[in-house]
Amino acid sequence: MTLAIVFWAELAIKIGIIAVAVPAIGMVLGFAEMKLSAHMQSRIGPYFAGGRFGWMQLMADGLKFMQKEDIIPADADRPVFRWAPALPLIGTMALLVIIPISAAEFGIIQDLEVGIFYALAISSLSTIGVLMAGWSSANKYSLMGGLRAAGQLIAYELPLVLAVVGVVIQAGTMSMQGIVEAQTAQAWPYVVTQFLGFAIFFVAALAELNRIPFDMPIAESELVMGYVTEYSGFRFLFFFLAEYVNMFTMSAIAVTLFLGGYWFWGIPTDSALLGVIVLLAKSFVLVFIMIWFRWTFPRFREDQLQTLAWKWLIPLAVLNVIATGAFKVLL
Amino acid sequence: MVIEQDTTFQISEVAVSVEIETPDMTLNIGPQHPSTHGVLRLIAKVDGEKVTDVKPVIGYMHRGYEKLAEVRTYPQITSIVNRIDWVSGFANEIPFIVAAERLMGVEAPERAQWVRLVLSEMARISSHLIFMASYPLELGAATPLFFALRARERVLDLLESVTGGRFHPNFNRIGGIKPVYGSGPTTKKTSMDVPAGFLAETRDAMDKVLGTCREIEDLVAGNEIFLARTKGIGVLPVEVGADYGVSGPNLRASGTDFDLRKKADYLPYDQFDFDVAVGENGDCYDRWLVRLQEIREAVKIIQQAIDGLPSGPIQAKVPKVIKVPKGETYVRAENPKGEMGYHLISEGGSGPYRLKIRSASFSNISMLAWILEGAIIPDIIAIMGSLDFVLGDVDR
Repeated sequence: MTLAIVFWAELAIKIGIIAVAVPAIGMVLGFAEMKLSAHMQSRIGPYFAGGRFGWMQLMADGLKFMQKEDIIPADADRPVFRWAPALPLIGTMALLVIIPISAAEFGIIQDLEVGIFYALAISSLSTIGVLMAGWSSANKYSLMGGLRAAGQLIAYELPLVLAVVGVVIQAGTMSMQGIVEAQTAQAWPYVVTQFLGFAIFFVAALAELNRIPFDMPIAESELVMGYVTEYSGFRFLFFFLAEYVNMFTMSAIAVTLFLGGYWFWGIPTDSALLGVIVLLAKSFVLVFIMIWFRWTFPRFREDQLQTLAWKWLIPLAVLNVIATGAFKVLL
Repeated sequence: MVIEQDTTFQISEVAVSVEIETPDMTLNIGPQHPSTHGVLRLIAKVDGEKVTDVKPVIGYMHRGYEKLAEVRTYPQITSIVNRIDWVSGFANEIPFIVAAERLMGVEAPERAQWVRLVLSEMARISSHLIFMASYPLELGAATPLFFALRARERVLDLLESVTGGRFHPNFNRIGGIKPVYGSGPTTKKTSMDVPAGFLAETRDAMDKVLGTCREIEDLVAGNEIFLARTKGIGVLPVEVGADYGVSGPNLRASGTDFDLRKKADYLPYDQFDFDVAVGENGDCYDRWLVRLQEIREAVKIIQQAIDGLPSGPIQAKVPKVIKVPKGETYVRAENPKGEMGYHLISEGGSGPYRLKIRSASFSNISMLAWILEGAIIPDIIAIMGSLDFVLGDVDR
């Protein structure tokens, strides 16, 4: 009986944490994107809402989206159209669960034996949502955006997985907590030995996130707004939120795998607070780089992404796996 | 003249997809689309991303300026023509005014001609800076926009300080130019045509423009993705371009030095030392590079003109009521978008009997169906952007 209560209480707390973390991260990153892009372009960015730095801009935007009419095109496949925005957000929330924040008892929401395997599987869920949105919108631009996303999935998923294999070989575990502990034990992050893997993972993650230079599924100048063309109001907000939170979760996974996660020289790993700070700091560096890319680079073509993935990333990733395996066996 | 495109690579791809026969999808690109520069409409037949057939539809922006000109007096028409290509409004006025002047047998004083020349080169800079801003944006890079627009703002400020208008200056008078506010009626032959401090500010702004060109070159031309998206895309051979009547930077990028500033005499360009920017391959990248180079050449011309701006009257003697004697003429000029010409037919009244406007963008996009066939959708955007047309200039 008491065990059941503990279980349900724990579950409620975990759900509460995720439910708070998702919009909070989305708002922080959305605001960061606004301000950083503004500074990169010699603008001021939001400065009115909230009185100082425009810190309430994203809340105002969120409120605006909630007030808007939820328009569903007459020809749309209604149930699919309605549910499509939920999938990316579900995928994002499910990813947050396996990111370790400290070595303490509650340092991770749910540590899985196959943590990274789970993460890679779940992260593709958002593409299904995108494909659903593209298909059900009854809009040719949406359809092309959705199909581009599907084509992109095939291109980047393989290098993404192969890049992770190197880390898994080196750590000898697929558990996210275990990977960080392995890095803590050797006292330097895997990026030193797995630099190639890190670079490939980052590029593939950009493609997964549909961020510039791989934002072909949205491609404002070509496909109007791609798969979100017909979305408005709250459902659009779902896509928007999922995009930004996904940026964070992919960064956090990259940090966990390659940059030591919550571990840092001289900082105790058993404090959840310090762990969160270290993890956030490292993730935000990667997020900053993503934002930086977005406001600097033009967009690839879909066929160029395929070329990049199949001719460069996959062979390099395989090479990385072979080299890591060889070292593991020999040393 | 129809020229077959090289179809070798298409045949090989057809062989791969022959198993799955899918019907072509008709995709309406425009008239409301972010990258059609207004209200151009392309009816594209697409097979996946590949475009098999394109029909451009124009006319959504038709305002009937040729007909309107028939019921306006000559001084009134300048306010119509600078709305044709609105990103370089000033340059549109010049050939019309010169055409009317030639029929009347008057010539603007030297100073007026030099001021016209300076301002039309400024219009060229502002037009090309718009291109520098919008083209990377169409390829997905947002930031060059701000670099280019900031420099353009300086140039537009200068245009405004002289003419009172940023886009629609309406500044030219038959036989001269408009004196600046407060300097008396047109007939008063003062040299108060450009405001105080204009020359120093122009020098300053031109340095700024050159700096921006360097920044844009670093940011855009140094980017591998930009090169991958533009090099070898939308190649236009000179002969095909000439057949379709393509002119301006679009034609020069293909490797010819056809420039009316050197070949016609509508403004005293022969007194200036400048080069004509010429490309090699005629692809999107060359069209971009030629325009960047043209900004630099325009800066060179303006700097020379500022240094040697002659003094003297700005208005030739013309009757109070402008009446153009019977006759017809065609004056063409090198506008930022290409060759712009006015065929003016006068029956002796205070307005033209017929005014045929040859606008650059109309001819430039006449080859869209040819150049877009077989391209894929991202390349359509890259090619259309690189042609730098304005819908007002297409439809008039």
